[in-house]
Amino acid sequence: MLALVVNPIAGVGGPAGLAGSDGADVQADAAARGGLSRADARASDALRVVAAAHPGATVLTAAGAMGEDAVRRAGLEPRVVFTAAIPTAAVDTTAAVRAVVEAGARLVLFAGGDGTARDVAAALTPPPARPVAALGIPSGVKMYSPVFAISPAAAGGVAAAWLDEPLPVHEQEVLDVDEAQLRRARVEPQLFGMLPVPQRAGRTQARKSPTPAGEHAAVIAAARAATSLFRPGVRYLLGPGGTLAEVGRLLGVATTALGVDVVLDGRVVRTRASERELLDEISRGPAKAVVTVIGGQGFLLGRGNQQLSATVIRALGSDPLIVVAPEQKLVDLHGRPLLVDTGDPEVDASLAGYVRVVTGVGTVSLYPVVAPEAGASTHPDNAEGALHAT
Amino acid sequence: MSLPVAPKPSPRRFHQAQWDEPIVFELHRSGERGIAVPPVEPGVREAVGDVVAALPAALRRPAPPQLPEIGQMRVLKHYLRLSQETLGSDVNVDIGQGTCTIKYSPKVNDQLIEVPQLRELHPHQSEASVQGALEITWRLEQLMAEISGMHAVTFQSPGGSAGIWTNIAMIRAYHASRGEGEQRDEVITTIFSHPSNAAAAKEAGYKVITIYPDADGYPDLAAMKAALSDRTAAIMVTNPEDTGIYNPAIKEWVDAAHAVGALASYDQANASGILGITRARDAGFDVCQFNLHKTFSAPHGCGGPAAAANAVSEALAPFLPGPRIVRAGDGYTVHGPGPSSIGHVAPGFGVVLHVVRAYAWIMALGAEGLRTASEIAVLNNNYLLHEVTRIPGASAPYATGRRRIEQVRYSWQELFEETGITSEEIGVRMSDFGFHYWTSHHPYVVPQPFTLEPTECYSKAEIDEYVAALAEVARECREEPDVVRTAPHNQTVHHTHHDDLDDPARWAITWRAYRRKYFGETPVDDVAA
Repeated sequence: MLALVVNPIAGVGGPAGLAGSDGADVQADAAARGGLSRADARASDALRVVAAAHPGATVLTAAGAMGEDAVRRAGLEPRVVFTAAIPTAAVDTTAAVRAVVEAGARLVLFAGGDGTARDVAAALTPPPARPVAALGIPSGVKMYSPVFAISPAAAGGVAAAWLDEPLPVHEQEVLDVDEAQLRRARVEPQLFGMLPVPQRAGRTQARKSPTPAGEHAAVIAAARAATSLFRPGVRYLLGPGGTLAEVGRLLGVATTALGVDVVLDGRVVRTRASERELLDEISRGPAKAVVTVIGGQGFLLGRGNQQLSATVIRALGSDPLIVVAPEQKLVDLHGRPLLVDTGDPEVDASLAGYVRVVTGVGTVSLYPVVAPEAGASTHPDNAEGALHAT
Repeated sequence: MSLPVAPKPSPRRFHQAQWDEPIVFELHRSGERGIAVPPVEPGVREAVGDVVAALPAALRRPAPPQLPEIGQMRVLKHYLRLSQETLGSDVNVDIGQGTCTIKYSPKVNDQLIEVPQLRELHPHQSEASVQGALEITWRLEQLMAEISGMHAVTFQSPGGSAGIWTNIAMIRAYHASRGEGEQRDEVITTIFSHPSNAAAAKEAGYKVITIYPDADGYPDLAAMKAALSDRTAAIMVTNPEDTGIYNPAIKEWVDAAHAVGALASYDQANASGILGITRARDAGFDVCQFNLHKTFSAPHGCGGPAAAANAVSEALAPFLPGPRIVRAGDGYTVHGPGPSSIGHVAPGFGVVLHVVRAYAWIMALGAEGLRTASEIAVLNNNYLLHEVTRIPGASAPYATGRRRIEQVRYSWQELFEETGITSEEIGVRMSDFGFHYWTSHHPYVVPQPFTLEPTECYSKAEIDEYVAALAEVARECREEPDVVRTAPHNQTVHHTHHDDLDDPARWAITWRAYRRKYFGETPVDDVAA
């Protein structure tokens, strides 16, 4: 069953010229400046597409502005399973998602931005007994996480297809920036979790070439290729991300999805290592960092894996990285380069140029890497570029 | 009133036949026969004895195969109905099958091959009895050498991807002959080259390095140079690429590859836009292949038959596969694979009937005609590009504002963002108008892709008819989206579900596998075995 949860204050800070909408003070400020949330309207835009394909479908949702209004406006049937206190807070989003899942939701559409995605990820952690997928209707100011459809109508299209038959899902990162930092023009998004996002796989009528059986199969192929490069006696610093979690699974070791773990000869020797602990490990013998593309903007370093600092990269020597990612991660950049931002221009410059991205056993893609001017390419004005078609 | 003849609306009204036709195995009626085999005449059995007794036990079936028993007329109806349920060549305007180079296969060429000397040709006939076939094959080799600028040609590869395989097999043999086989273990290709280049190289044991386009959509020369090293065995590229964009720096690509001792392989499966205009060897390529079933009009689709022409430089000629045809006086003789040859890549001489078709097509056009065909293909494509990009929501990513060669990979991304309707859904709706299009190779680098290639064969009126249908579906996406989402309405089949095709536990490519996987049946002869 389909569910909708709207964060009614998402995006309120955008039109008001604030770099986000987190925190009661900012929301009050935004309201004073005439900021209006667009989440409600965008949610109904998405559901209208669902209504065209499935007239009269029932949607699990939360009362009033948290979803019920948008469902009604789209001409669908709301089944309210949660009522929030007013004004809404982050805890409401999390509670609403838990409520719709409890009531049987299998796909949760949520309207908001990165902050909302964080709350949804929190509600789905640990994962519920029955698998639940989530997809963002892009409505926030910040959208670094590749968990949003490219437009409300595109989100609706995925949901409509899902109601025909469940689609395969793929784990995507949930990133968020400390907005207080952002307002001071410092951007260092952190990795807060993963969300299972439905993928609308090719349903072509003419298959000239086989597609991978699914994005998950492509992740496994890339991860397998990375492990085939591992050598005895070398410490591998496994960064965060779904692809590297798969590397851990293939090695048969328990790694943390959000931190940096150190693996030596098939054993985890350090979990959730800090920068200092990584330097300590590197001092004990040859080592390499294994990283993947984090988030929708194509960062290899400096987003969500800040433990792999400039000092750590320097300590790793002349060939510090193995980059591994399924081909789709590169395709989804739509021609934009990969980015490194360790905060040390010299280290960043040494990594710039072209990097070999391991995409499968025996296959690599050569892809450009640039070191952005501090903060420039991650200004919220450019955040739309991070949105992903699903 | 039946006269005057009513004007036909645009787009044309169309409805495909829908027969709800059973699978041929379901037509089985015990005891029905297609052919009543006459009883053995008296005395024959006694004279011959038990013919099966001589068969080794391992070759004998313990039980007869479970073939359907069906009367002849029911078989005929079955296949005619199926044929009515397809959108085939010679029926619709087939410009949607981009990269496939669908063009008219002149029917007169099919008449030419209907002589018993060709229809009943056997690879083990004596040379003296196949001089005509050898001469046509030899002559086409000379024509292909002229078209490519290369030194020698073979038609042994029985398909396009098979031809690409032959290319990399020769390259591998070349490096091995120079003692560099171990050292050179990498092949470079581009993301918009046909994926069979990457696949063949990988199958041949190479690591494959894929290059992404630069900001303008051109193959990234700097990236390619960064990938080159003394480990590079070859670059394997298509040009123009699937986008229809011609790599203007192709000579620099080839020169850079040669500078590190690598070879350059040119996938010219689709050379429809460049015949008589550019030649592979003139750009320095060492090896290339053409698909006779694309550029040179031989019919194709549905998996064959197909045929490739592999053309090579003088340095690579010793590595060509299979038997070589040599002119000797007034006649032709056949030499087996030479000592450096990669051996056979197929039985016999390849698909000789396609060789004859391609030969007839080229001889009918002449050198000037080949160039004119390419010029019209390019003109048609750029007219189509102009018309398609006028449809709101359609675009042609990369190289904005520039001309393309013979095809274009378009995008419905704008329409998708506005309506949530995917390119695949639009393609399905196109079938309601009697058309179709193909989206893209995997991965979808161009979002919401569709790839069109009008070739030289379609008239302006036909291109306009196709574009009118595209525009109509785009309008429906905005104004009547449910019509598109629930399509097809006038077609035979609804939707295919790829999950079933991608899962080894569920796919079934034979009736036996279907009965086993879905109904737990064990075939009778397996039981007996």
